[in-house]
Amino acid sequence: MWGLCKGSGSKPYQTVIDVADSTGPAYKCSCPSRKFPCKHALGLLLLWAGGDTAVPHAQAPDWAEQWLAGRRRRAEARRTTTDAASGAAPADPEAARRRAERRAERITAGAAELEQRLADLLRNGLAGAEQAGYGLWDETAARMVDAQAPGLAARVRELGAIPGSGAGWPVRLLEECALLHLLDQGWLRRERLPDGLAATVRSRVGMPGSPDGPPVRDRWLALAQYDTADSRLTTRRIWLYGAESGRTVLLLSYGAAGRAPELALPVGLAFDAEVSAYPGSGQLRGALGERLSPPEPAATRPPGVTPAQAAVRYGEALREDPWLDSVPVTLARVVPVPDGDSWQLADADGDLALPLTASARSRPGLWRLVALSGGAPVTVFGECGHQGFTPLTAWPEREGEAVGLC
Amino acid sequence: MNGTTTFPDAHDGSPWEELVTVALLGTDRRPVPRLAAGQEAPVALLDAAAVETVRRRAGLRPAQAAPRPAPAAEDTRPPLPRAAARRLAMLLADRPGTGGGRRGTAPDLMELLPQWLAMANAHGFAAPPEALPALLDAARGRTDLRPAALTFAGPRALWLARLNPDWRFALRAAPGGGTEAPDHQDTERVRRLWQEGLFAERVALLSAIRAREPAAARELLDTTWTTERAEDRLMFLDSLRSGLGAADEPFLERALTDRSRNVRATAAELLSALPGSALAARMADRAASCVALDHTRAVPAIVVEPPHECDADMERDGVVAKAPSGRGERSWWLGQLVEAAPLGSWSRRFGGRTPEEIVALPVADDWQGELHAAWCRAAVRQRDGGWSRALLGVPSLPEAAGPGAVSLAERAKLLATLGAHERAEWVAGFIATHGLSEAFQLLGVCAVPWSPALGRAVVDALNIARDAGSYPWSFSGVMGLAERCLDPSEAERLNALTATPEEAEDASPGSGGYWAEAFQRLVTTLRLRAAMREELASP
Repeated sequence: MWGLCKGSGSKPYQTVIDVADSTGPAYKCSCPSRKFPCKHALGLLLLWAGGDTAVPHAQAPDWAEQWLAGRRRRAEARRTTTDAASGAAPADPEAARRRAERRAERITAGAAELEQRLADLLRNGLAGAEQAGYGLWDETAARMVDAQAPGLAARVRELGAIPGSGAGWPVRLLEECALLHLLDQGWLRRERLPDGLAATVRSRVGMPGSPDGPPVRDRWLALAQYDTADSRLTTRRIWLYGAESGRTVLLLSYGAAGRAPELALPVGLAFDAEVSAYPGSGQLRGALGERLSPPEPAATRPPGVTPAQAAVRYGEALREDPWLDSVPVTLARVVPVPDGDSWQLADADGDLALPLTASARSRPGLWRLVALSGGAPVTVFGECGHQGFTPLTAWPEREGEAVGLC
Repeated sequence: MNGTTTFPDAHDGSPWEELVTVALLGTDRRPVPRLAAGQEAPVALLDAAAVETVRRRAGLRPAQAAPRPAPAAEDTRPPLPRAAARRLAMLLADRPGTGGGRRGTAPDLMELLPQWLAMANAHGFAAPPEALPALLDAARGRTDLRPAALTFAGPRALWLARLNPDWRFALRAAPGGGTEAPDHQDTERVRRLWQEGLFAERVALLSAIRAREPAAARELLDTTWTTERAEDRLMFLDSLRSGLGAADEPFLERALTDRSRNVRATAAELLSALPGSALAARMADRAASCVALDHTRAVPAIVVEPPHECDADMERDGVVAKAPSGRGERSWWLGQLVEAAPLGSWSRRFGGRTPEEIVALPVADDWQGELHAAWCRAAVRQRDGGWSRALLGVPSLPEAAGPGAVSLAERAKLLATLGAHERAEWVAGFIATHGLSEAFQLLGVCAVPWSPALGRAVVDALNIARDAGSYPWSFSGVMGLAERCLDPSEAERLNALTATPEEAEDASPGSGGYWAEAFQRLVTTLRLRAAMREELASP
């Protein structure tokens, strides 16, 4: 995108913006302003954002093309150097290997300790856990942080909240204890697991991974974007759907507490880009590589399934990753139906329904979904798991824009 | 676990139930089923539970669908243009409390919502369904928004309101819970609703019929009049106020003998608004006997002799005998007589003088205040433009702003009887002479958007107030009105005022900056309104 802006001098300022970059828009302007981006670039962006016609398509002039070509060249050069750097990354491979080994030892010690605690808990009975409160779990979680296993620490912390979560808590506590035990055992015997599952265990325990899957080029549709925050971190989850590959991937982006994460992809927009997968079986997490086109509104919708098929899909996904809480699913032709003080998404052409999760029931997005439907079938994208279905985005039956529900 | 999704074999006595029981009590107290030799009991329990948990989750089945609500009625209105839909979302997202404190130069979006809704309704657009929850929430907090918001929201809002108790008000506001008021020609349905409906439904029905066919509404009311409760009679009688005509006189005359005093008073008030009615003639006679022109003086003057008693006939015609405390009985009765007498009768009484001439006549013995005030009330009640004009006088006269006989509140009411153009002219003249400090009430009755002359007068007066060195928040009421009522095309002319002027010596410190900010907000708001209008007009 480029433009000329009449300034006080005789020569108009030449402003050019690249919006197709994965790291965010880049600016160049011939004005002397030291602010960055300068007001000319901002003005041009506003014009562009304001409507389709304000910035018409035209052949870019030489100065704009040159700058763009220069950027692409530099980006290419940077990529090759980082590739080269990561190939030879650890300046001292021997030291890195020793560090990784030490960390694995710590985690192993932590997992063994956790196993002991779980065994003690079950020997004395879960009934006692109700009185113990958070204190016991917080201490154990801190021990897991010391053991450099943040994934285990997070699960332990969640255990502490279960006894206070209302009716049926012993069942939930036993389930979560059992899955934690399964993860411990997975880690302790990771050498004997198949590669994919071992990678899943490593990432669930909290070992950092890197997106080493081959970059997949596709036209990606932003399906949903939502933030969750705790006291230290804001986590943004963005679900993408690849129109050609049919794959659904999850992008994670983090920000300091109270600050919005950097990556933002408005729901309903599509763009060409490369996405690389993180390792591990059943893992949907990906990393956004180079963006090859600016995001623009798209009419594509992911193909949908019935509630029955969605439940099957979750069950099958557990085979790859038994710790999975939910899978992303698009439901086609479902109707939101009130069911007592709860809601379900009912198959418009059958008599089966998926109940909504407790948290989805109290969100304002529920009413946007109900209003959009008006009792008629809609297409809904969301997360389907053992706690129910969490709707994230909906489309009307007829043509119409995506409506964010989160 | 959520209650409705069914797990495989969730019945009692299943392996899973047994595992939960053991876990709850502890493996020290209860043995683990099928414990293999050499295994530690808690670990065996965890192993079994892990298998069961994953098995249960993997075997999750959808639940039976609950009965579905009937779909919402189709909204046949055309959808909003995209830009307008985005604007609506923006206006609705700006909830009070999100900004907090001083507004700065940002426009008050919530205040623009009523205008936006009125324009959208005028174009007849349908609301985007996903915006309905926010719209209903906004209307829930602001009763003044409700009629326009519910019209715009359409049938789907009523459908939603039946599902969410927070939005019950929408059902109350719509008679019959959303069913259309029956066509007045459908006599059978009208009769049934009138006889069986709830009070609010009946009032709505009566008003609806009155608006289309005044006589039919009166006849409908007459069918059950004697059986209604007193407070209901009062409300029904009040709905005859619109479309009042000479044909209503016999019915109202009968209501003068009603058992309830309030009903009698309302009937008398309605009759006195009909200058040709018998009651009006009786009042004219009574008033004429109290007010006369004294030709014996050098300058003819009005002399007033208030009534000595309030007889039974006067009371029957709606005169309230007991004066409020602090007022003399006789002047209280006089005021009521003059208020109810047709204004046209005074011209005959005073030798064919015009209203202007009558108002200009001197009044003897300090009766002017009482007499003119009563004429003002009469002019408002009878919607007499000629007398209103005479009583308002020339806006630029010095006493026009003073406490005089006619208060600002009465002036605002008098103005309401004039045409939109004349109203704007008068207020513009008033502001040009007297500034803005007294103008708020008067501006409130002017048609939106303000006429060019009125707009210019307001802007000039604001400019003068700024140069005088006062702070803008002394005029925040007028500023707020200007943001909503100025014609958006004034924005260009206002641009010059948005710069921060040099501080004058006698100005309040910093006021220049605040004024610039206030004008910037005014201009931004006007631009926004222009954009709103365009977005709704473009297909």
